[in-house]
Amino acid sequence: MSNRLSGNEAVAYAMKQMNPDVMGAFPITPSTEIPEYFAQYVADGEVNTEYVTVESEHSSMSVCIAAQAAGARTVSATSSCGLALMYELLYVAASCRLPITLACVNRALSGPININNDHSDSMGARDTGWVQIYAENNQEAYDNFLMAMPIGETPSVRLPVMTCMDGFITSHAVENIELLETDAVRKFIGEYNPENYLLKKENPLAVGPYDVSAYYMEHKVQEAEAMKAAKARILEVAAEFEKISGRSYGLFEEYRMEDAELALVLIGSSAGTAKAAVDKLREDGVKAGLVKIRVFRPFPGKELAQALANTRAVAVMDKSEGFSANGGPLFAETRSALYDLKERPYLIDIVYGLGGRDVKTEDIEKVFGRLADIAVTGEIGPVYTHMGQRSKEDIA
Amino acid sequence: MKKVFQKPESLTDAKNHYCPGCSHGLIHRLIAECMDEMNIREKTIGICPVGCSVLAYDYFNCDMLEAAHGRAPAIATAIKRLLPDRFLFTYQGDGDLASIGMAEIVHASARGEKITVIFVNNTLYGMTGGQMAPTTLLGQVTTTSPYGRKAENEGYPMKMAELLSSNEGSAYICRTAVNNPANINRTKRAIKKAFQVQEKGLGFSMVEILSACPTNWGLNPLDAMKWIEDNMVPYYPLGEFKVKEEQ
Repeated sequence: MSNRLSGNEAVAYAMKQMNPDVMGAFPITPSTEIPEYFAQYVADGEVNTEYVTVESEHSSMSVCIAAQAAGARTVSATSSCGLALMYELLYVAASCRLPITLACVNRALSGPININNDHSDSMGARDTGWVQIYAENNQEAYDNFLMAMPIGETPSVRLPVMTCMDGFITSHAVENIELLETDAVRKFIGEYNPENYLLKKENPLAVGPYDVSAYYMEHKVQEAEAMKAAKARILEVAAEFEKISGRSYGLFEEYRMEDAELALVLIGSSAGTAKAAVDKLREDGVKAGLVKIRVFRPFPGKELAQALANTRAVAVMDKSEGFSANGGPLFAETRSALYDLKERPYLIDIVYGLGGRDVKTEDIEKVFGRLADIAVTGEIGPVYTHMGQRSKEDIA
Repeated sequence: MKKVFQKPESLTDAKNHYCPGCSHGLIHRLIAECMDEMNIREKTIGICPVGCSVLAYDYFNCDMLEAAHGRAPAIATAIKRLLPDRFLFTYQGDGDLASIGMAEIVHASARGEKITVIFVNNTLYGMTGGQMAPTTLLGQVTTTSPYGRKAENEGYPMKMAELLSSNEGSAYICRTAVNNPANINRTKRAIKKAFQVQEKGLGFSMVEILSACPTNWGLNPLDAMKWIEDNMVPYYPLGEFKVKEEQ
């Protein structure tokens, strides 16, 4: 069935179809609509969810952790400083191996305080042990959320999953999207029957206890192994999802990459803009292409290296700063992934779109223009720049 | 002709962004008038919250510092301890003060920090679009309580003035409203008294102000004023809850 929904409404609708046991709710712009729509479903008896309105995000994630530890399926939604306030608990959720599902509607982190989109919030949480899947548009926001539970809950993974979409650009824009029938969704996600949970009388359990040095590291290694195992599971779930939806997903999307010499690597809604730029350049005979990262955790390093192996120059576009003094987080991952290639493309990093700064097709074309120069001359120039930074000379 | 009214110097000329019928503009003016009358503008530092009044630094003509959500009392504590001769006020809504910032406000009061808190209670989270707050009344419809708040699900509305008045560190705790001229005048007197308590170094002071949010209540400004009288005042009684006298 086709429907006209905002990104937030699409995710709230996915939640309704999944009928989770518990939702921890605390509003923050721009994800607020998700708990709002869901409150109406709860009030109308359309779901059986225990809807817990708490006093902060630290508490909403605590609610999710406790309920998931008791064997319940739990969801939450947040953005920006809300995600930041959850940080302590994000690590707890992942290390307790509790497959909570969180909708992160990406918004810039303070400070300065700003409500618009960039990826600084979820990028800040990239090393918390959560699977991270990013959406380009409303359809993907809906689909990714539906796939999250089957990924996180599988015994080889048992990790929480954060699905991300761009604040306002995706969360508030209304698009026609295809929805699955609720029966199909319920069948797809199945029942949640964890092996261990609190209050199971045959197997009393302590969740989140103190871990001594003699064991702590073993537990962290298990968590690391789970994240590695998530990659195969993400692809399995995508294949199952394709059977019921007809929509195909990978770890990333390659757009006109077959013979691309110049390529971009980026995340999220800017991919739509970049695709338009690639199409235009292709008409002019430029061999341009795009890799849109869908899964950032686990990072598909080996696969990405293969996808970029035959390019001559690549621009990584980071929608978060990172303050490493060495480029943004996507650049760090991408450059590391390319290290093992025998012949590597030239690589630059462009930080863009911070705090909602717009990016247009012409901006993307300018980046390709720079890549074309680099491919011809072999002169990279500054490796790490900021797009549209008005206090500096604009290098693209 | 005799000038009977002027905009206080402690407000800037900036046009405010508040909705028609919102009480923030009025409360800003009362604070600014107190600052003018006590001649303390040059030594006042205000702390902005997160919420509808997040941009208050554009409106008050004194130094202002933006706090993270709910942390204004901790920020004010630090500045007051470093600069004890300055006047410190925090300006907070019920989401900021009674929800995410509950720990900071209770502990600032318990420690008897010599700061003044202006607590604007409009029974919901205004800026994010009218969700249920700890102060939402029983039966009140919000976007996250579509058929009204129920005690069995969401508990009871929080009475911050009563709660904080039980702390020994609290020197002056008062609840007022801005729904009619008499109450507006009482509110101004309460704010001034709170500043005086701070001046005398008696301890923590807070004025909780029952105020209107016509936009999220779905009422016109006049009916919103009546709603304060009919619904808020019976549950949130007005008056002074704690007045510590000079020893």
